[in-house]
Amino acid sequence: MDVIAYLIPIAIFLGAVGLAAFFWSLRNGQYDDLDGAAERILFDDD
Amino acid sequence: MEGSIALPRAPAPATAEQAGDAAFYARREADGALTLHAMVEGIHCGGCVAKIERTLAAHPAVISARVNLSTRRLAMRWHGAAELATALVAKVNALGFKAVPYDPARLALADRAAETALLRAMAVAGFAAANVMLMSVAIWAGRVEGMEAATRDMLHWFSAMIALPALIYAVRPFVHSAWRALKRGGVNMDVPIAVGVALTAGMSLFETLNGAEHAYFDSAVSLVFFLLLGRYLDLRARGQARSAAERLLALNARSVTVVDQSGSTSTIAAERVAPGSIVLVAPGERIGVDGVVAEGRSDIDTSLITGESVPAPVKPGDAVYAGAVNLGAPLRVTARAAGENTLLAEIVRLMEAAEQRKSRYIALADRVSRLYAPIVHLMALLTFGGWWLVMGAPWQSSLVNAIAVLIVTCPCALGLAVPAVQVIATGRLMRRGILLKSGTALERLATVDTVVFDKTGTLTLGKPALVDAAAIAPEALRLAAGMARNSAHPLARALAQAAEVPATEGVREMPGAGLSLSTPDGEIRLGSRAWCGVAEDEREGAMELWLKRPSMVSVRFAFADAPRPDAAAVVTSLESRGYAVKLISGDRKPAVATVAAALGIEDWAARVSPAEKTAFLNGLAQQGHNVLMVGDGLNDAPALAAAHVSASPTSAGDISQTAADAVFQGARLAAVLELLGTATVARRLVRQNIGAAIVYNMVAVPIAVLGLLTPFLAAIAMSGSSLAVVGNALRLARRRVAWM
Repeated sequence: MDVIAYLIPIAIFLGAVGLAAFFWSLRNGQYDDLDGAAERILFDDD
Repeated sequence: MEGSIALPRAPAPATAEQAGDAAFYARREADGALTLHAMVEGIHCGGCVAKIERTLAAHPAVISARVNLSTRRLAMRWHGAAELATALVAKVNALGFKAVPYDPARLALADRAAETALLRAMAVAGFAAANVMLMSVAIWAGRVEGMEAATRDMLHWFSAMIALPALIYAVRPFVHSAWRALKRGGVNMDVPIAVGVALTAGMSLFETLNGAEHAYFDSAVSLVFFLLLGRYLDLRARGQARSAAERLLALNARSVTVVDQSGSTSTIAAERVAPGSIVLVAPGERIGVDGVVAEGRSDIDTSLITGESVPAPVKPGDAVYAGAVNLGAPLRVTARAAGENTLLAEIVRLMEAAEQRKSRYIALADRVSRLYAPIVHLMALLTFGGWWLVMGAPWQSSLVNAIAVLIVTCPCALGLAVPAVQVIATGRLMRRGILLKSGTALERLATVDTVVFDKTGTLTLGKPALVDAAAIAPEALRLAAGMARNSAHPLARALAQAAEVPATEGVREMPGAGLSLSTPDGEIRLGSRAWCGVAEDEREGAMELWLKRPSMVSVRFAFADAPRPDAAAVVTSLESRGYAVKLISGDRKPAVATVAAALGIEDWAARVSPAEKTAFLNGLAQQGHNVLMVGDGLNDAPALAAAHVSASPTSAGDISQTAADAVFQGARLAAVLELLGTATVARRLVRQNIGAAIVYNMVAVPIAVLGLLTPFLAAIAMSGSSLAVVGNALRLARRRVAWM
């Protein structure tokens, strides 16, 4: 069972990486225009 | 002779009025590029975004142009002169949109910051909830399979290490709000939440330190996560109102052109104009100050202030008020008051006062929580006292049971019950072009029994249209339409629309009077009754134009403001559902009577001033009626704010849209039916949700009081009740409102 002493911190670390990625995307304005993001994929030129 | 200046064709008011200010809002950044922010009306889809961005990007000076579809805002950067802003904004307006430049520094960013803070807290709580729950599943499984105490304690410690920092971070919004309520001497829903979370975390830590069997970290963290979700949804629903309210700021920040003694002009903010200054008002521009006309003759559109549909002629010496639009020739106005002292500002104050009275309305959730918090705390206290004093249990286990009561009653489902329904109802209305601005508007709409309409621009389209075009001699109509094409006057424009003819050359406009065309046979005149020398009769004051040709009988063109296409059907529908329908207008009696008769409204009043409208609504309220006021003019703004609940079309003045609880797009009045229908269904769902939350508590509380609540049961009960409440709210998104 000793292995969980490693596995749990690793799991939490990976979760924390995801959380950090979310904070980065939030700060980077990725969520400022959700409606627009859905439409922009359909634009031809950019 | 000042009256006979030949006028260039005035541009459409919306374009010139907004574009004229654009340079004023351009900001130079550190790298030398200029930026301009504008709110853009009329954006519906990605196609609009692409069209605006491509058009602007095609301009060689533009570095970037980006439209935010969610907030309907445009941000652009370009090299070169600030004056280019005017041309760029005009480009957007030429596409059929209406761009209103604004200063981003003036906008209330507090809500935006609060939204981001909640989102962060939610992310942290969600992360912690997922990880702690993972370990809780291991602990629950371990109870069945026989886990060693050492392993369980280690898992508890890991839970504590994740949960405690996350809780400290994520619970702050609730603690702040609870603290504010306590400082005022009151209690809100956040007090039991903050107390419950703090006690749960504290007790769990205590139990972990003692190697006990139960720790409730998972409950505490998932509780905070669910509550943050409810709080975030609530803020988002109210946030959609923000953009509408911010237009008021844009209106207040309007700039005016001032002429000094040397004759040079400068552009300054309206509120900085000193009384006595001479202000230049170009055709199509909105007058920024209250004052007296010093020079020039023109027509002004005062519909925003008085609701009058016929433009009023002005000459030197006449008083004009901020908010009116100059339709004819350039005017010089001696300012008497500006900014805070204008009639416009006075109406805004009247409206704010009414709004403050209205804000006393207490949302259902708050009324429930006022009862809820004391009951829950009393119950926890009784549990503690019962176990410790009556049953003789040790104080530690008595406290554990008391805290279990607090955990299980934490208003998780209650915190979600109302916001979930509100967000879904708001989203549903938004897809139908109706913007709901106030959080409690839905609840207030559901109690409405009387609907009061304004006339101009609300029941009608607010644009004059030629009446009986078929009865007018075609050659007279074609001649008049050709002449009318040279003028920006609303009646002239309506006449021009009635016949497809090119603009006649050589037409001169006498502002405030009419148009004149010299022909070999003599002068042809098109304009007011007096201008054409027609004697007064009983039709005086109606919307009309006369055409006078040499040695011929003058021809009369009558205009009427056409009702919205579905106005009669909506009025009938409302009456058949038991709503009392009334019409009050600032317009003249014959005009109001015609519309009332056409739509079948029996209860109407004409020539009603803004203050009388407010008094009328207050009178109805005193009789116990809950009134929905639908209006659009600035003169309606105080009434909109005073009514129990109010709605405006998007064609309404900025202030009216700010005062109204709901704003609807398009020419159809059926939005009023949709609003009332959705509100009724939403109220039913909210009541069901609150009922479900109460039933849940009635089951869960006895379990906790008896000391039988395990972390496993707590997690199931709390998540289950939250999901049930959200699921019930979702029914509103799919279902059709029965009586639409």
